[in-house]
Parts: sequence; C-alpha cells; structure tokens
Amino acid sequence: MSTRTGVHSNQVVDNPREPFDVNDPKLSRFDLVREGARRDDIEIVHYEPQFPVPGTKAERRLTRTVAGMFLLVGLFSTAFVVAYIWWPWEYEHGSGASKYYTPILGVTLGLALLGIGFGILTWGKKLLPKEVSIQARHDEPDSDEERKLTGNTLLYMVDELGIRRRPLLGVSLLAGLAPVGVVAAAPIVGGLIEQPHKNNQMFTTGWKPIVENGTTRLVKLTHHDGTPVRPEDVSPGGQITVFPGIPDGATNKYADSPVLLIHLRAKDAEEARAANQRAGKADFMWGNYIAYSKICTHAGCPASLYEQQTNRLLCPCHQSQFLITDNARPIFGPASRRLPQLPLTVEDGFFAAKSDFTETVGPDFWERP
Amino acid sequence: MKRRKLDMAALPGKAAREVDDRLGVNTPLRSLLNKVFPDHWSFLLGEIALFSFVVLLLTGVYLTFFFEPSMTEVTYNGSYAPLRGTHMSAAYASTLDISFDVRGGLVVRQMHHWAALLFMAAIVVHMMRIFFTGAFRKPRELNWMIGYLLFWVGFLAGFTGYSIPDDGLSGTGLRIASGIMLSIPVVGSWVTSSIFGGEFPGDIIISRFFIAHVLLIPALLVGLISVHLGLVFKQKHTQWPGPGRTNSNVVGERMFPRYAIKQGGFFMIVFGVIALLGGLVQINPIWLFGPYEAGVVSAASQPDWYVMFLDGSTRLMPPWEINIPIGDGYVIPPLFWPTVVLPGLLTVMPLLYPFIEARINKDRRAHNLLQRPRDVPGRTALGAMAVTFWLVLTISGANDVIADKFFISLNAMTWAGRIGLIVLPPLAYYVTYRICLGLQQHDREVLAHGVETGIIRRLPNGQFVEVHQPLGPTDEHGHSELEYVGWVVPKKMNRLGALGPAIKGFFYPIEKPVEAPVSPGLPPVDPRPEQQEIVSGQRR
Repeated sequence: MSTRTGVHSNQVVDNPREPFDVNDPKLSRFDLVREGARRDDIEIVHYEPQFPVPGTKAERRLTRTVAGMFLLVGLFSTAFVVAYIWWPWEYEHGSGASKYYTPILGVTLGLALLGIGFGILTWGKKLLPKEVSIQARHDEPDSDEERKLTGNTLLYMVDELGIRRRPLLGVSLLAGLAPVGVVAAAPIVGGLIEQPHKNNQMFTTGWKPIVENGTTRLVKLTHHDGTPVRPEDVSPGGQITVFPGIPDGATNKYADSPVLLIHLRAKDAEEARAANQRAGKADFMWGNYIAYSKICTHAGCPASLYEQQTNRLLCPCHQSQFLITDNARPIFGPASRRLPQLPLTVEDGFFAAKSDFTETVGPDFWERP
Repeated sequence: MKRRKLDMAALPGKAAREVDDRLGVNTPLRSLLNKVFPDHWSFLLGEIALFSFVVLLLTGVYLTFFFEPSMTEVTYNGSYAPLRGTHMSAAYASTLDISFDVRGGLVVRQMHHWAALLFMAAIVVHMMRIFFTGAFRKPRELNWMIGYLLFWVGFLAGFTGYSIPDDGLSGTGLRIASGIMLSIPVVGSWVTSSIFGGEFPGDIIISRFFIAHVLLIPALLVGLISVHLGLVFKQKHTQWPGPGRTNSNVVGERMFPRYAIKQGGFFMIVFGVIALLGGLVQINPIWLFGPYEAGVVSAASQPDWYVMFLDGSTRLMPPWEINIPIGDGYVIPPLFWPTVVLPGLLTVMPLLYPFIEARINKDRRAHNLLQRPRDVPGRTALGAMAVTFWLVLTISGANDVIADKFFISLNAMTWAGRIGLIVLPPLAYYVTYRICLGLQQHDREVLAHGVETGIIRRLPNGQFVEVHQPLGPTDEHGHSELEYVGWVVPKKMNRLGALGPAIKGFFYPIEKPVEAPVSPGLPPVDPRPEQQEIVSGQRR
C-alpha cells in the first residue's frame, strides 16, 4: 500500500494543475483522500505507515499488546460487576471486608478505563500511519470592500426602521422597555431581599434576658445537652463551651450564642479583673470565672483553642489570638476587635447571664456602632 | 414481480447519498474530518480540564439522585454507627447515606470531588501554559478572558459544591463566607441577610447553593466551555515555530482518525485516573467532621486547594480596621481587603493583560506562533512573580499545619508569609529574568559554536580545548551564522543523531546502547570471571 500511494501521491504533487478525475479507476482510495484534503486547502506532505512491510514480528507483537489490553478491560469490568454485587458492602464498625468495597470498585473501574485508554492510544499512536499535514489558516481579515458591504447592510437596517426620522418611536420604546427590565428584576430582588436588622437580630443573641408577664428572667448557662452549669463543673484553669438555656439554645438557630466559660487561676483572675475594671466592666466576672463569646470577631469561626499557660484564645481558622486576661484583646492575627464579654452571675447555684452582650457578636460589618 | 436483489455493499453509500440530499453535510463533514491539529504535550492540559468536567457532569447527576438539599433537622439513623442518634440537617444525613447506605455511592462521591480538584488544577496549569507561551495574544484575547472567567466560575462551582453537604468543615467555610459578605462596606449586612434568608445560618442557604451548584453554575460552565472550544476551532490552534511552520498555516495531523483516537484514549485515561483516585484515596471524609455546629471547629480547617490562597491572604492581613466617625460610626473591617478587594483585582487585571501587553509593545499583529518563555523574559518574569505571589498565599493558607508538622512557631509562619508576600515576588521576577537571558544566550552560543562533544583536545602549545560540533557551515574561526528561529536548539550529540539514541524502555532497554568506542592501543578487557557466591557456611 505504501509504495503504491507513494507513487501516486508524487504524481499529484508534481502536477498540481493536472485535472483530477475522481472516477479514474487507477486511483487508490488514498489518492481520493489526498485530493479531498487538497480541496480543503490541506496538503498531506508526509505520510508514513508505521509498518511498511505488513505482518512483521513487531507489528504482530503490537497488535497482541493492544488486544491484550482490550481483554483486560473485559476482565476488570467483570471484576467490577462481580465485586459490586457480591462483595460485602454494608458499613460495619471496626475492620472487615466491607472496608475494601470502595477501593475494589475504584481499582477495577479505574483499570478497566485505563485499559480502554491505553489500548486505543497504542492503537492510534503505534499502528496508524504517521502524517504531517499543512493547512492554510485563512485568517487574513476580510477586505475593506467586504466590510463596507456588511457595515452598510447593518446601517441600512437602521435606515429601514426609520428611528432617525421618527424619534418618538425610539424614545417611547426605551421608555417602555426600561420598566419591563425592572419587572424582570423585581421578583428576584424583592423575593430575596431581607432586612438585616429585623428584631434587632444583629445586635441581640440568645442571652437576652426573657421578659414574661412583666418579670424579667435571666438566661441560664447550659451544657450542650441543656443541663445548667454549676461553678463546680469547671476546674481552675479549665474551660467549657456553654449555650443559652432557652429552647434550641444549643442549635444553629442561635449560631451567634456559643460562649466559652473559663475558670481562671487566682493570679490570672486578678489580672483579668483589673483589666475589666479599666474597661468599665467591673462586675462582669463571677469569682474567678469569666465568659467570652466564642464567635470570632474576624470571620465568625469559633475561637476555641485555649492556651492555659498564656491565657490566649486562638481561632483556628485565621489564627487571631485574644488575650483573655486583657478583655480578650486581639494580640495577633487579622482580628481587630475584642471578643464580647458575657456578664456572669450565679442564681440558685447555677450560672446565668446578667444581660446580653454589651458589644456586637461576630464578624464586623459597616453599620456596627 | 421480480424481486430486486439487496446489495449490502452499496447500502452505506446509498444511505449517505440520501442523507446528503436532505442535509447537505458532505463538504462540511469532509473539512471537519480533515481539519489539521498541531500536536504538542502542552496542548493537552486544557483537555484534562475538559475531560474532568465531563466526569463531573456524569458523577454529579448520579449524586443528585440521592442528595437531599434541605436544612430540616433530622436524627441520623443510618449505618454509620458513631453518628447514630445525632441531630443533623437532612443534607448532611443524605450525604452520609451516599457514603454508607448507597451501594457504591462513596466511590462516585469521591470521584466527583477528585474530578473537581483535577478540573481546577488543569485549568490553572493550562492557563499558565497559555500565559507563558503568549497564546493569549491577538486574535485570542477573547478566549483568554473566557478561560480566565472559567477559573472563577469553576471556583464558585467548587465552593458551592463542598458547602452543600453541611458538615462541620463546610459549615465553617460558609460561616467565613458570610463574614466576607458582611465585610462589604454599606451593603454588607443586606447582601448577607438576603443570601442567607436572614441571620446566619438560616434554613435556606443549602437549597440555594444546591440549585446554583447543579443548574446555574453548570449551565454557565457549559456555555463558556462551548464558546471556548468553538473559538479554538474557529481560530485554529496555535503552534510552536519549526520547520515549515508559519504564522499563516497549521502543521500537524488531520483530526480523523489518529488525532481523534488519541484524544479519546486520553479521555479514558483521565477518567481512569479519577476512578483510581476515587477508590483509593480518601477525600473529604465528612463523617469524621460531624454535623455543622456554630461552636465547634478543629485545627487544620482548610478549604479545597484552589480556595486556599484566599484563606492565606485572610490570615496574613494585618488587623487594620478603618473607622469612619460619622453619626454612630461606620467600619470597614480588615476582612474586606484580602477577601473582596484582592479577588476583585485578581479578576480584572489578568482579564485585561493581553490588551495591556499589546499596548506596551505597540503590537497590533495577529500571532499564531507560540513563543518560548525564555524569549520573552519580561512576561515570563511577570508570570513567575504572579505564581510566587499565589504560592505564598496558598502556603499561608496551610500555615497552621506547616507550623504543627515542622515545629515552627505559628506567629513566625504568619510573619514569614507577610514578609514573603512582599519580598519574594520581585525576587522571583529578577531571578526568572536573569535565567531567561542566560538561556537565550546559551541558545545563541550553541548556534554559533556548535554542540559540546565532551571530547577534549590538546593543542600543540599544551592548551586543552573542547571540540564542538558545529550545527551548520562554519567560517574560518569555526563559527556558524545560524539564526535563532524560536524553537529548541539541539544541545546534545544524541539529539543530532551523532551518538546512539537514549535507551528506551521502562524496565529493560529495548535498544542496546552503542558500544563504547575502544582505543586501538587498549584492547577490550575480558569481563570479570564469575565468582562462586560466598555463603556463611551455617546450615539450617
């Protein structure tokens, strides 16, 4: 085949102007391909079969390799289906055969797909003839004449509409279309928009004292399961996360309410009290207990890594650090504002919040006073 | 009536004629089959992104059959024992079900996540290829812009995708996203409450992210990718300079059959690698994170890799708060700059880069030949600077993990990032510029003096010189007058075919290396005689 095409193709290249008769019975199929490409402005300048002599040992070896890959595809696909059906798949705690279910599926599927991939890749790359073709880009811009014709066709459309002569039409159309645009936007904007300060929600949390029938009830500090917190629950140097003792107080409904309750050691408590006093929060602590909002003032992550020795509270998201003994002042990282402090008291042996936070909880925003 | 014999061999031709009579596809089909594509490994990077996207669509549709995008609180009662009885959102519970109670669901879920990571990685590497080789120049500026937007749309697709399982990690990510929206001056609180349907977290954000993730963003991606590929097709692919290659032709292979077969095989390989990753390498094990609770977080809370640079910029930002003392006072929080302004700049500046470069160079011509990065040192150095900037941010996004694993102070890592972000990019610019110039010079040197042969000759005066193999005809000084054509200059003798080819084969050489040249004075030495193996003598 190669020699034949070689001879014919040379003829075509040598005499490009010779009229080409597609019905010439002497032409090989490749000659027709080459002529078709030529009419698309593509010149096949080099065409080289990978195996000029058919049926060599190397060619047969490659054919076997490709066939082997395709057979492996069948093997792995079958293995996938068999494993999918019969391998134990239901989750069991601890170790067991089911732990291998996902890996087996992935490996059998992956190898089957790789088999197809490498099989046809080898087929294409190693068995099909190599060629170099040259195609003209034809990307030179249209002539100015052509552009002028198109441009004037477009301009003539405007002339036909006659907006220049009948300006009222244009003005009235604009006046009509602008409201239509608003009509399209209205349901989206109107439906989505939410007043952010409804119920003063950005400045209140679950710790706000509850007013019922004229009496004010303070909100208790509770554990995650809703049981109230007693001072004995936290040993000196220890800390726990507490939630407002109201319905759903420990759920994401009150995402701004988690508080870190820390039992400071006596010396640190002294320092913290003095700092509180300087900030006008003299009675916020109860004994050596101090409570700060857990919601970072930077981006809202829970600032919950407490370093007992240095009294620093670290937010794991962006590494802001707050000094607990100095009104939770940010001392490192991107946070710029103190953590809000929760004023503590004890009622009937259980912790309660004297009032809501006196500062805004959570990430900063434009209108935060 | 005489029955006509059905000629099976003529049937396809007849059918084809009938089709062409009606649709007139003959010539367009032939020119499609014959369309010429240039070939180079670096042209396949974008393909990886395309193929991962196909895998994303396939696996994503499967996942929607089982995922419930709802924040309704349910009590988990599935197979995963450690979380049984826990209150969680239906979204999280259904993701657990996909992982444990849907047969084979986990492998598809993990394939989806891996495909997303690969999609973004391929986009980034492909974009670097386009940038460093100047493929974005006229007439391809529009396709550069579309490709760049595809990165950001993919970014959104990824973020919405990993947010909707509503696990502990992604909930923290959503919390930060709400903090970022809040930080926008004037409208921040309105934007946040409108998107979240009230105060964070509300009970609608998962459903909204879900429809964005499965409909709006994919539709946008499909649209942009179609235009992207359409433009590549219309404008024809760029090519490297080389013999016979000009600005006005394409040298390569016709699309069918060989080129198309290679593409198909490559798709299967990408698909297969994603399947292997999905089965063997755990990704986003949401069952370990637990449901999202506002008060719970752990150290090493990192987003997916393509978001990490924003996490890093947030960590490095100093606490500079701007207070505006009007009325009750207004605030621009420090969070605003690294998470809103920086991405904004990063979106706009690269979009306009092709026009900026053309303007600076006063270059109004169309370019279809690629440039080697070394030949445009200014651009290459600028790219290296951008990559360095991005790398410092990305590494800083994991600075707590690095601090922990390498026993470095966390604060020192933050400061290293802050200083590195300012110092390293200009340094990268300078170093890259010098490397480019050095490589350019070496190319010219080899063209003038020839390839180093490794043969040392002693001159009569005792001087030692290395013999060079000239690449072309030489003058009396042994210098060639060869012009650099923007493509690889051969620098090794075996590139010239003068030495035996490099040994091929993975486990054993397929071709024998050429015999070592033997000096006539020293005949080949016999191999060492086989020696008996010395054993210890101990018997067992």
